[in-house]
This record gives sequence, structure tokens and C-alpha cells, in this order.
Amino acid sequence: MKKITWNSLTTRNPALFAAILLVLVIVINAIVQPNLLAIDTLNGNMRVFLPLILLAVGQTFVMICGGIDISVGGIVSIVNTILATQVGLNGSIEQLWKFVLISLVAGLLAGAINGFFIAILRLQPIITTYATGFLYAGFALFLLPNPGGGIPRAAADAYRTTTPLGIPLAFYIIAVILLLWWFLRSTKYGRYLYAVGGNAQAAYQTAVPVTWVIFSTYVISGVMAAFAGIAITLLSGSGNAEIGNAMTLTAITAVVIGGTALSGGVGGVAGPIMGAVTMGLIQNIISFSNVNTWWETLVKASIIVVALAAPGVINLFGRRKS
Amino acid sequence: MKKFRISPPVAAIILAVVLFLLSGLLPNGYGSDVDVAISQATNIVRLAVFLGVIAAGQTLVIISGYEGIDLSAGSVVTLTAILTYVIVSGENAMVIPALLVAIAVGALVGFINGLGITFLKISPLVMTLGMSGVVTGAIIVINHGNVSGKIAPIMTRVIARPVAPNIPIPGAVVIWLLFGLFMWALLERTTFGKNLFAIGTNRVTAKLSGVNVTWTNIGAYALAGALTGFGGFLVVGNTGVVFIALGQPFLFPAIAAVAVGGTLLSGGKGSYWGTMAGAIVLTLITSLLTTMQMGESVRRMVLGATLLALISLYGRQKSFRQ
Repeated sequence: MKKITWNSLTTRNPALFAAILLVLVIVINAIVQPNLLAIDTLNGNMRVFLPLILLAVGQTFVMICGGIDISVGGIVSIVNTILATQVGLNGSIEQLWKFVLISLVAGLLAGAINGFFIAILRLQPIITTYATGFLYAGFALFLLPNPGGGIPRAAADAYRTTTPLGIPLAFYIIAVILLLWWFLRSTKYGRYLYAVGGNAQAAYQTAVPVTWVIFSTYVISGVMAAFAGIAITLLSGSGNAEIGNAMTLTAITAVVIGGTALSGGVGGVAGPIMGAVTMGLIQNIISFSNVNTWWETLVKASIIVVALAAPGVINLFGRRKS
Repeated sequence: MKKFRISPPVAAIILAVVLFLLSGLLPNGYGSDVDVAISQATNIVRLAVFLGVIAAGQTLVIISGYEGIDLSAGSVVTLTAILTYVIVSGENAMVIPALLVAIAVGALVGFINGLGITFLKISPLVMTLGMSGVVTGAIIVINHGNVSGKIAPIMTRVIARPVAPNIPIPGAVVIWLLFGLFMWALLERTTFGKNLFAIGTNRVTAKLSGVNVTWTNIGAYALAGALTGFGGFLVVGNTGVVFIALGQPFLFPAIAAVAVGGTLLSGGKGSYWGTMAGAIVLTLITSLLTTMQMGESVRRMVLGATLLALISLYGRQKSFRQ
């Protein structure tokens, strides 16, 4: 029998490290904040993490295929400004649903624009989505130059308090995502994703429709960003054209902590979800452990760097020993 | 059939000249006044110096390939600018020590980036993003909301003012030309430069031809950090004030300048002349949009669209069908 090493384990289960890390931060968080697992606290935390989770899941598709999408923050902002300006605090729930649909179409279109330039014109993903991100962020600012507007109070309340069967709404959404992913993985499309991310040229030669697979990942990322935008609007209840800016890079970090390599070909959806929750809990731990405000950013960033470095350090020592 | 091609740096310069000539036709442009036109052009080049110097490090790590990128550059600029400001405190004698500290601190951050990327195999984007957070955290700790310091008169004299009363060339431009010469020599006339292109093209062949891939890669990040530190020194010499968000706005424009200058984001090909041309084009477009009194939203959208158009011209990767 082959010896089981850390390296072989993490190659087969990229999310293993994310799972260990998640358990670790949950334990630490439960120590500094004893009521962490109470249903109210859990619901409060999960509804704050949900936008990042959705964004990270969309990013994962792009990254499995070997690309990157840094325009997602702009898409989140567009959706937020559409909802906040078009529905308004006094809008009806029907109106909200209508513009939720329009937001999803907007996300789909934005993703299709990215996909067109990257998959069809073959431009480099990072600089292309940087440029389109500027376009989207500019458009969001055009829709809503100053923070304001909002959505009906009832909708924000529903997002805050809905806990079917006593379980927070976010868990149902995560379950749906995992089910869909589990189904998708076993389809032809699922295999195409990994084939393109592993070696696009080889995939092309074995008749994988590489262009359309890459195109589809950006569309998925755009739609998931729209969902994230809807979630964060329900969370904040108001509009701000800069709301998505800071989310892009946090989502990418969450995906990487979740075990998806930027070079493509590996990873899954469970890892990024755990990664996003981990990122949120790290922030929680810092808020609850009375770190001096001035030191907060440094402590948080250092924890993230250590988390990113840990798999590499383990591999380094593993190699030394053998 | 042979395709007609212009090299990207030349294309960028032609674009800059055409845009500048067209800008004279604007209602509040320089019209037919040659003196005003010259002083406007000088001013744009002077502003481009800072972006150009900060983009130098980015050029190095992007040439080094394998998704090489330095997202910590923005925070390193802020950190070194603040350090310069504090160390100099208005004394001419302290300028050289401050310059050395700025370069050394930048090199240290870059060195840590390089270690993480090579030994721990963390993807450059995520490693430098993590370090950016750590550096920002360090800035907040050092800064504590406000810093006391002052730049020295000699810095203003050398960086911000013209070389001599009767020669209207700003000192910064002369520094930039010398800097460009240094970068050219580094990339084209040293072993390190040759090795850098070699590891950017293909690490396996580079290793087989006797290039020390690991240390060339670490060297690229350390040197990039040092150059960015120098950039921070220049920026504070020009502005004379420091604040926490000083460097961040330079980050993505610097990457864009490298891309516009024709350096392949996939590595192995590029030049600093191209980056200089790219920095001028980007500064020109930004200042034109300001002259045209466009709102922030329109400005962002036009900048994004221009960038997309530019990279569509020559940023395309090989098609799968050959």
C-alpha cells in the first residue's frame, strides 16, 4: 500500500485543509464568543457571510478553468445600485422581484461581456476583468452618485429573520449550491471544466468546446455576483455604488484558502464556501478578542497570510523528511 | 501572408501623441498656443513619472512569468512614503538615509513575497495580496491616525521643480530618464535580466540551461519591492503630504501601464520602455478626462473602455486552432 502523505491527501481532497482550518477557527471563535452556535448568532453570522460565499462560488468556476474575474465587485455594485434606485424604500414587493430578475440579467450580461473578451477575443483575464470592472464600477456610480436609496423594509426584515425549521436561510442556499455542484460535477460539462483548467490546448485537441466552456464560467461568475449583490442589498437595506469594491479580493482569498489553485484544474465548490466562512470568522474572532483597534488590520492580515502559507510549510517539511 | 505589425511601445507613443494633438481641439484645450501646449505636455509627462517608476517593479515580476504580479505595490508606496516623511522631517541631511530606508523596506517586503511564492508555492496574486494587507496593517500601527514629519526642501527642489530656471524640464523627468536607462541596462545587459526572461518563458528549459530559477524569481520580487520603495520616496517628494490611501490608486494603473506597454502578462516578453509609454498614455487619458470635466462615473467607464480597446489591439493570446 502506498504511504499516505499530507501531499497525496491534499491533492485528492483540495478542501481538506480548508475543513481543518474551518474547524480550528470555529473552536477559537466559540472560546472567545461562547454563544457562537446559538441559532440567533449563527443566523446573524451566516447572513453577513452569504454575499461573500456566493461571490466565492462564482469565482471558483472561473478559477477551476484557469482564469480570474476581478470585475465581480463592480457587478455587485451595479446590482446594489439598480435595486436601491429602482425599487426604493417605499417600493412594493412585486417591484422588488421584478428588479431582482433584472439584476440577474444584468449580472449575466456583465459576465457575457467578460466572456466575450476573454474566451472569444482571447484577451488576458486579469487585465480584461480589471478594465471591465472599471466599466461596471463607473456604471454603478452613474446610477447612484451618492449613497442612498434602499429597498422595502419588509424585504430586509425577511432576509434577517427567515429561519425555516429553525435553521438559518443561508444554510438552505448553501445546500442548494452543493447539490447543484454535486450534480454538475458528474455531467460532461463538469469534466470539461477540469479538462480546460488542466490543459486548455490538450482539451481543445480532444474536441472539448474550450471557448464556450471558458465563456460559460464568466457568465456563471457574473450571475453569482448578481446573487451576491442581491444578498448584500438585502443585508444593508440601502444603496452605495462603492459597496462591491472591497469584496473582489476577499472573495479570491476565500477561494484560495478553500484549496482552489489560481493555475486551474483543481478545486471544488465546498472549499470556497468554507474559505468564505473562515474569512468571516477570523474577523469575528478579532472583534471579540479585544485586539487594539490600531492593530486589527495587521493581526487579521497576518492570520490570513499564515493560513495561506500553512499548506506550503507542511509540504516543505514533508519534502525535507522524505 | 505576413501581418502588418507595430511594436506595442511605438503604438502606445503614437496613440499618446494623437490623443494629445486632438485634445487641443477641446473647448478648453490649448488651441493654437504652442507655449501652453508644451507646458501641458511637460506636466503630463511629469505626472507620468510616478506611475512609471512604480510600474517598474511590476514590469519585472510580470516578465518573471507564471502569473507573476505584485499586488502589494500600492501599500509599499504608502509605507515607504510615510517612512521617508517621518525620517526626513524637513532635514536635507536625512534625505539619503531616508531614501536608503525606503528602498530597503521595499526590498524586504518583496523578499518575503518571493520566499512565499517560491518556497511555499503560494500563487503570486494571493501572496502579494496577503502581504498588501500586512503592510497596510503595519502602516496603521505606525501611523496611529496621524504622523508628524516634513519633506526636505532639497527633495522639492530636485523632484518637483524644473532642472534650472531657464530649462523648463521638471527634475522628476530627468530622474525618470536615468531610471529608464538603468532599467534597460538591468533587463538587456545583465545576466539577471537574461535569466529573468528565461524563467518567464519556460522554467524547465531555464533550469536545464543552468539558470537558478528560485533565486532569480526571489530576486525579481525583492528588486520589484526596492523599486516600488524608490517610487514611494519620489511620490512623497512630489506631493509633500502623506495619507493612508496614498499608494493604492497607483496599483492597478501600474499593471495597466505594463499591459498597455506590450509586456505580456503571461511573462517572458516585455520592456521597460513599453511601460514608460504605457504610463504616459494612462496619465494622458486620465488628465484629458479631467480637463473635459467628466464626472467620476463617466471617467471610470471611459478609462475601462479605453483599456479594453488597447489590449484588444495587441494583448491577444494565441488561438487554440493553429
